[in-house]
Amino acid sequence: MAEPGTGRALRFAGLDFVARPSGALWWPERQTLILADLHLGRSERYARRGGPLLPPWDLADTLDRLGAEIEALQPLRVVSLGDGFDDDLAGRAIAADAARRLWHLAQGRDWIWVAGNHDPLPAGPGLPGRSLDELRDGIALRHIAGQGPDVSGHMHPVLRLAGRNWRCFVLGRDHLVLPAFGTYTGGLAITAPAFRRLVPQGLAICCSERMFTVPLAGDGPGMRRGSGANGQGRR
Amino acid sequence: MSPRPPDLPGPFADWFARNGWQPHPHQLALLAARQDTLLIAPTGGGKTLAGFLPSLVDLHLTGAKGLHTLYVSPLKALTADVARNLSRPVAEIGLAIRVGDRTGDTPASQRRRQRADPPEILLTTPESLALMLSWPEAPRMFAGLRRVVLDELHALAESKRGDQLMLGLARLRGLAPGLVATGLSATVEDPQALGRFMGAGQVIEADPGPRPDIALLPTAAPPPWAGGGGRHAVPDVLNAVAGAKTTIIFLNTRAQAELFFQALWLQNDRGLPIGLHHGALAAEARRRVEAAMAAGELRAVVATGSLDLGIDWGDVDLVIQVGAPRNIKRLVQRIGRANHRYNAPSRARIVAANRFEVIECVAALEAARAGELDGEPRGPGPLDVLIQHILLTACAGPFDAEALFAEVTTAGPYAALTRADFDACLDFAATGGYALRVYDRWQRLMQRHGHWQLRDPRAARSLRMNIGTIVEAEKLKVRRRGRGGAALGEVEESFAASLAPGDTFLLGGQVLRYDRIRELVMEVTPQPGRDPRIAVFSGLKFATSTELSQRMLAIIADPGRHRELPGDIRAWLGLQARISALPRPGLLLCETFPRADRWHLAIYGFAGRNAHQTLGLLVTRQMEQAGLAPLGFLATDHALLITSLNPVEDVAPLLRRPVLEQGLEDWLADTSLMRRSFRTVATIAGLIQRNLPGHRQTGRQATFSSDIIYDTLRRHDPDHILIRATRDEARRGFVDFDRIGDMLARNPRLELRRLDRVSPLAAPLLLEMGRVRLGGTGQERLAEKMAQELMASAGLDGLGDG
Repeated sequence: MAEPGTGRALRFAGLDFVARPSGALWWPERQTLILADLHLGRSERYARRGGPLLPPWDLADTLDRLGAEIEALQPLRVVSLGDGFDDDLAGRAIAADAARRLWHLAQGRDWIWVAGNHDPLPAGPGLPGRSLDELRDGIALRHIAGQGPDVSGHMHPVLRLAGRNWRCFVLGRDHLVLPAFGTYTGGLAITAPAFRRLVPQGLAICCSERMFTVPLAGDGPGMRRGSGANGQGRR
Repeated sequence: MSPRPPDLPGPFADWFARNGWQPHPHQLALLAARQDTLLIAPTGGGKTLAGFLPSLVDLHLTGAKGLHTLYVSPLKALTADVARNLSRPVAEIGLAIRVGDRTGDTPASQRRRQRADPPEILLTTPESLALMLSWPEAPRMFAGLRRVVLDELHALAESKRGDQLMLGLARLRGLAPGLVATGLSATVEDPQALGRFMGAGQVIEADPGPRPDIALLPTAAPPPWAGGGGRHAVPDVLNAVAGAKTTIIFLNTRAQAELFFQALWLQNDRGLPIGLHHGALAAEARRRVEAAMAAGELRAVVATGSLDLGIDWGDVDLVIQVGAPRNIKRLVQRIGRANHRYNAPSRARIVAANRFEVIECVAALEAARAGELDGEPRGPGPLDVLIQHILLTACAGPFDAEALFAEVTTAGPYAALTRADFDACLDFAATGGYALRVYDRWQRLMQRHGHWQLRDPRAARSLRMNIGTIVEAEKLKVRRRGRGGAALGEVEESFAASLAPGDTFLLGGQVLRYDRIRELVMEVTPQPGRDPRIAVFSGLKFATSTELSQRMLAIIADPGRHRELPGDIRAWLGLQARISALPRPGLLLCETFPRADRWHLAIYGFAGRNAHQTLGLLVTRQMEQAGLAPLGFLATDHALLITSLNPVEDVAPLLRRPVLEQGLEDWLADTSLMRRSFRTVATIAGLIQRNLPGHRQTGRQATFSSDIIYDTLRRHDPDHILIRATRDEARRGFVDFDRIGDMLARNPRLELRRLDRVSPLAAPLLLEMGRVRLGGTGQERLAEKMAQELMASAGLDGLGDG
């Protein structure tokens, strides 16, 4: 295993990836950085819809962390694995300074917005990159897991262990599910039936310095504990 | 026959006489009062009648119709009880007065009637009052209000519900000039302070009645070294119950009440009818017990704080407190639950659950007999409650900031509120109050013609849904498995998360097996005869008060006073004096000793569990920096025990106040306690939506925790008003930092005893449950280790590595 803090190497569908402590997935062979569920513009959407007035820095915060990953890895390609925006309007109404930062981050890279259930439409003209329903590059990269093998997001997996929730990657035979990268995102405990169906057996890789892993079968805590209700990983 | 008392109209005097009663002096004093008054009277002193008598008389004399008197109580159950009790004089005197209650349980049809045609006397709770005040028609509805009666004010004043109530009272005083408010309270340590809280012009203290008959309950078996269950005393408690008419047995937490109740049943050879009552039980189960109690069908009820207040059970002649009462005031108030007949002494017995508690109980008895109560002074009115009040005011209609500020500062808790803080609260209510952000979408309130109003009037609905200052941990309902399984109660989600299918726990005196969770309902199967896993759901943990801790320390330090203690305790303290030393006032005793490859540091601070917990976190941070590898700690009310891989050689550098102060600031910034506190503050202030029963989202991905909001806010706007409110609350509340400061100030000298094995005083600490494991890297290391074990046991180690 590599140095603490740099991630955990994993092999999935015959390909080599690195699960990063940030929750991003690094694909060295393709120099591709993959992020799921950025949910950019969530606080703005809540305020717009008359919901709670949340602190408006989730956008900047998510972009800060995204920028740090891009800085560290210098990817040739960046893939937002769906729900990049909290809704289609959030993508169009994104604040000018945030859009500028995205343009800056995307400079010299192939930037792909995969469609999600929150943002089904192609990204607006004010944004860099191109929009796809899914990306196929030897393996399917899509928002919601389908016919495996595929890499997907959407589920926001978290694992409860040692008294707290950890955002985690879920690695099974057919599916690799990424944790949500966005700041204002919750999580679904991997004890939930939805995960059992998707990944009957496999591993959870928890976002932390050392990216420790937990089995997802038999009587590990991943399966037997927990209420299946709300959980959130902390950063 | 007594002469007719002055001021009491004929029909009233006749009614008293017919019943063979005489009005108490404090009842007449209150009748004569023309100003806002606080009445302090012991239970059984006819307090409630005293509060209503002026209203009944006034309504009788004037024949007024419509809303005349508003009665506010902390408990819904109490309003129902008061309605029953009032119906008697109303019927027997022949008064044409309607009494109605308006709580969260009132059916919608009745609420509509009340809005159109309110009864003369309306009984309600602080939350329902806040809701009524948020209606646009509130000014019309309350314009004719003459009197407000605030029951159990001492209890309300202990929480934010009291602050909300005082803001509501300020509003009522504005809507109905000339309104007279009456507060009713049990004995408190500082009546004048409570009077100022409600803005009373005078305080009437009723004759406290005869001294209570209180003592330790002698037990055949000595108390154990540790634990809080008190089960060693079960046979003695059963004997006491058999010897009394009706007994209330108080325990400090729900889990303890469950376990004690079960233990009683197992040894209840005489088949005494005994019930159980606590806040986690289904409302129906609680009502059944209350009804059985009122009907005299029960000989005893095992209860928690859920029975601290209210309902009058005149036949209770014995109170047994199991476990140290933590503060003297609560003990005295609980004792008052025995013998509601005025002028008969209350009888109470105390069971110490372990050896430390024996000393605490002896100290508490001494203080209670001396009538010396304790209590921490109340802090200023919290800003989250004010924010909610501002938002609800906007629901009622446009308001002028100047006028609202003036009105709010007439409320006792907010008398010292600065305009700057008020404006910050208003800004938060209007825009979220975020620094350097002008964004038109962040607007809930806007100013029009100089008045503030909701940008979108439809927002009123969700704001009203969020009313209240009680923020509970997320709960799961517990139901018997199977179609239409009976509701048994509820447990906290964190407790549920610690169970695996097949685990058993206690609820409502039954051993239940956890089967599964479906849609926020925990399904269980009763498992009679199985050993339960301990039920650790919720239950507030109060810290032992400063006053009581100091009294304990005084007893421990003075071998001459050890005579007051039972023989086994005497021997224990004697051994401690020989092997190590006794803690004493002015000197902070610390001990280090090795045990099972680990080092332990015991600090006998006597500063209460919350302060010790905070101290534990602060000291272990420094130990971490010093390379002592702390693993965890245990905080009790009397001591702190820290476990580490390396020994502490010098304790003084760890306890320097400036270092602790700095550590506190750093630590507060990033602690789960702060996060918990923030969740409460943010919910009250309306930043996060309250999880309503039955409305909780099950689409998990959509909801994210208040922790994330807290982290974001702290990073980008550390001076935000909610961060400030959270810090204030944490410092005063469970963090209790001020008591650490007091402890250090009181003990200018430190003494570190280096022992080669555990000392007698430290031994019980090793047996206590509830150790805090350290977070941060330690937690990650632990999680990693657990993960490795799981991987190994699944034969999976190495899998997944590239």
